[in-house]
Parts: sequence; structure tokens; C-alpha cells
Amino acid sequence: MTPLPAIADAAEPMVPIPFRIERTVKNLSDTFTVDLRPEEGRKPFHFAPGQFNMLYQFGVGEVPISISGDPQDPETLVHTIRAVGAVTQAMAGMKRGAVMGVRGPFGSAWPVEAVEGSDVVLVAGGVGLAPLRPAIYHILANRARYGRLVILYGARTPRDILFRAELEKWSSRLDTFVDVTVDRASGGWHGNVGVVTKLIGRGGFDPDNTAAMICGPETMMRFTIQALNDRGVSNERIHVSMERNMKCAVGFCGHCQFGGQFVCRDGPVFRFDRIEEMFLVREL
Amino acid sequence: MVHIEGLERVLQEHAFFAGMDDGYRDLVAGCAANEVFHAGTYVYREGDPADKFYLIRHGQVALEVYVPGKSPIIVETLKSDDLMGWSWLVPPFRASFDARALELSRLVSIDAACLRGKMDQDSSLGYELHKRFAPIVAARLAAARRQLIDLYGHPEE
Ligand SMILES: Cc1cc2nc3c(=O)[nH]c(=O)nc-3n(C[C@H](O)[C@H](O)[C@H](O)COP(=O)(O)OP(=O)(O)OC[C@H]3O[C@@H](n4cnc5c(N)ncnc54)[C@H](O)[C@@H]3O)c2cc1C
Ligand code: FES
Repeated sequence: MTPLPAIADAAEPMVPIPFRIERTVKNLSDTFTVDLRPEEGRKPFHFAPGQFNMLYQFGVGEVPISISGDPQDPETLVHTIRAVGAVTQAMAGMKRGAVMGVRGPFGSAWPVEAVEGSDVVLVAGGVGLAPLRPAIYHILANRARYGRLVILYGARTPRDILFRAELEKWSSRLDTFVDVTVDRASGGWHGNVGVVTKLIGRGGFDPDNTAAMICGPETMMRFTIQALNDRGVSNERIHVSMERNMKCAVGFCGHCQFGGQFVCRDGPVFRFDRIEEMFLVREL
Repeated sequence: MVHIEGLERVLQEHAFFAGMDDGYRDLVAGCAANEVFHAGTYVYREGDPADKFYLIRHGQVALEVYVPGKSPIIVETLKSDDLMGWSWLVPPFRASFDARALELSRLVSIDAACLRGKMDQDSSLGYELHKRFAPIVAARLAAARRQLIDLYGHPEE
């Protein structure tokens, strides 16, 4: 397997590197995407699908955010951010040309190479589609190496569907099954209404030869794992991306501890059977 | 539009009947009819007598709540292999939602009075059908509760 990309400046993992915002797109009422470019003379930014960066808003603070762009395009670093609190709301106000500090890439990756040859089921909820998008780009760029590709996505309402145009584009491919559901909708919506777990039976994958990757809030992931187990997908075939508060992102401070693991270093992507016991412990 | 054809085979292919004894399935088939609904037409409306339940073969049907002066709120959509309607099992046998075809949908309807009559005569058939309905009702209730909690955003709010 290809080794994971090292952090952009391995000698100084705690020092943010300045990146300039080249483009911002408002995806949803509370969610936006920034395209970043390194300042002149910097090396391209390589990363593996599922890895994250620490993004630093000067004078406000630093937050872990997954990379949502195309791993084959190391010239543009893309992040999709939901504005929920002090730092992410300040970032939402940043305009083209502004500078953001970046440390990374950090953490483990979706096992896109290890699962070649099997069916792949990707299940995302809400902004959880963003950390899975690089895996989708990778698989589509190497489509012949995989079996069935199933992308299942749940959002609160039709207005909350992230990357809608891309979901429609992927859905129009003959080699990809895409299904989207919302919790509620009004008459104009012609798609599914119901929880994302209801979609799992529809993908037509082979449970004994399927790799599942799930990203969303923990409650959503818990129910999704149950539904996959009910369909015969075992826990060693399931990967999840975990979130914990972070400070250093390099395994020093212990802020992101999750049982015996550090989410920043051992995660954020974990094979589910390896964290199953901790995952089910409340308040961990 | 209602058609009656060799429905035993159609029922055999539907998930609801998976593993059911042939004899029971044939008894149900005796109460069944094929129905086709065009996009936008109603299968039934809230408050209608629940005199049938449906198995969806193809298409998509929305369960909706009518809101005066506004678009209806869709609470769930059902697709092929889903079962629709259990008000026929529970007095006062009235539909709780509007059911509207979102696209051309082919359904099998089962006549409730016919089937209730057979279930009253043969309690083992009644038990078999209740055993198949209970997990569906339970799964739908669990799913409906999950829909309430904003599973994809801030479940704590
Ligand atoms: C590895 C990793 C990858 C991540 N990737 C992404 C990503 O791609 N896009 C993205 O938008 N976020 C992502 N997050 C979450 C993001 O880091 C947090 O939302 C951010 O740290 C919040 O910081 P803040 O200062 O804006 O809000 P805070 O002031 O820290 O929090 C404000 C409020 O928001 C709530 N909150 C905090 N985090 C979340 C959350 N994740 N979801 C919902 N509510 C929350 C808090 O409970 C609090 O009530 C990721 C987190 C991790 C650990
Ligand atoms: S954030 Fe410091 S150890 Fe993980």
C-alpha cells in the first residue's frame, strides 16, 4: 500500500503554513467550501482521501477539517466547512485573497487501495459527505479496479443536500448507484423520504465482498453500522471517520484521546472492529 | 385501474412473502388485485376507509400530510418491495396519511375484508400475517423516531 502523505512541513508540524483563499462557494445556508493555494514557491499539497488539516484563522483559533477535494489535484487544497461555532463562523466570513494557516495533512485514510476488487458502499450524512468525497474521486478515477460502487446519502431536507450537482452527476453514471434521502420534504421533492439506513438494502452489493465507509455524526454511524450488520456486512469490512476535539493533531497533547487511541494520529478513519468496544461505551 | 391475473407468482416475488408457506400465500392471492397509479394520483387519502393494503412492485409512493394552503409534507416514501398500509388491521380501519404516486407505480392491493374473513376462519393464517406485519411496523416506528432527531446535524439540539 502507498505510504500516507507526510505533513507538508514535517520539520515543523506545529507551524501553520499560509495558504491563500482562491475561491469560496456557499454550498448551504451554513456550509461553505474554500479552495486554497499555497503561497508562491511552496510545494504541491499531497494527501490521501480521509486525511484532515488543522486550519488556523489568525487571531481566532484552529480547527480540524477534513480535506474534501480531489487527491489527484495537489495544486488546490479544498475544504468544506460547516459554520457551527467561533472559529468556523469566522472562517465563513473570509473572502477570496485572505490568508488561512494550514497544518497537515494528518491522520489515517480511507482504505481505497486495500479494498480494490471489492464492492464499495459509502454512506454519508450531512456534511459527512465532504470527507468521503476524495474517496469517491479516487474510486471514480480508478473505476475498473472496484466492483459495485454504491453511494448513499442522508440530509435533513432537500435544501440541506451537500454537493447536489455532483451527486446528480455521479448518479447519471451507469457504473455507480447513488441514492439520496431526506428526513422530510414538501410536495416538490421527488426523491426518497426516510432515514439513510433504509437505503442500505437497495444498493445490491455482495455483503461478503463489500467495503463500507461511513462518515457522519456518531449516532448516524451507529445506526448505519447496525443496518450494514443486518445485511451481513461484518465489522472488519466497515470503516468510520471519528471526530474528537483536537489541539496538536500530532499525538502529543492527548486532547483527542478515544479509549487507548488518539483520533488525530490513529484515526480519524478507523476500521470499525478495532474500535467497536470503545464506540459503544457511552461518554467516551 | 384494477386487473386480476395470476397473482400467486407476483406475490411470490415480493419481499413480504419471502419464505411464506405456499398455502398461506395462495389464500392471500385470492384477495389480491393488480393496480396501476399514474404519477400524481392518490392511492388513498387520509381518513379513507382502510379497506386494502398494498405491496409495491414498481414505482414510488409518498405518504403525505395535507397542509391547507401549502404543499403537502412528505413523511416517508416507499418503493418496490415495500409494503404500504396497516390501518386495515387496526380499528377504526381508516387511513392515517395520503398516499400519492410520485411516478407510474404498479401495486398489488389486498382486499382487507376478504383477508380478515380468511384470517377469522384460519387463525394460523392470521398469526402468520401478524408475525410479518409486526416487524415492519416496529422498523417504521424506529425509523420515524430517527427522522425526528436530526441524525445528520446536531442530534443533541
Ligand atoms: C478529524 C476531523 C475532521 C473534521 N472535518 C470536518 C469537515 O470536513 N467539515 C466540518 O465542517 N467540520 C469538520 N470537523 C468538525 C470541526 O472540527 C468542528 O466543527 C470545529 O472544530 C468547531 O469549531 P468552532 O470553534 O467553530 O465551534 P466550537 O465553538 O468549538 O463549537 C460551537 C458549537 O458547535 C458544536 N459543535 C462543535 N463541533 C461540532 C460538529 N462537528 N458538529 C456539530 N456541532 C459541533 C459544539 O457542541 C458547540 O455547541 C472535523 C473534526 C475532526 C476531528
Ligand atoms: S490532538 Fe493532541 S494528541 Fe491528538
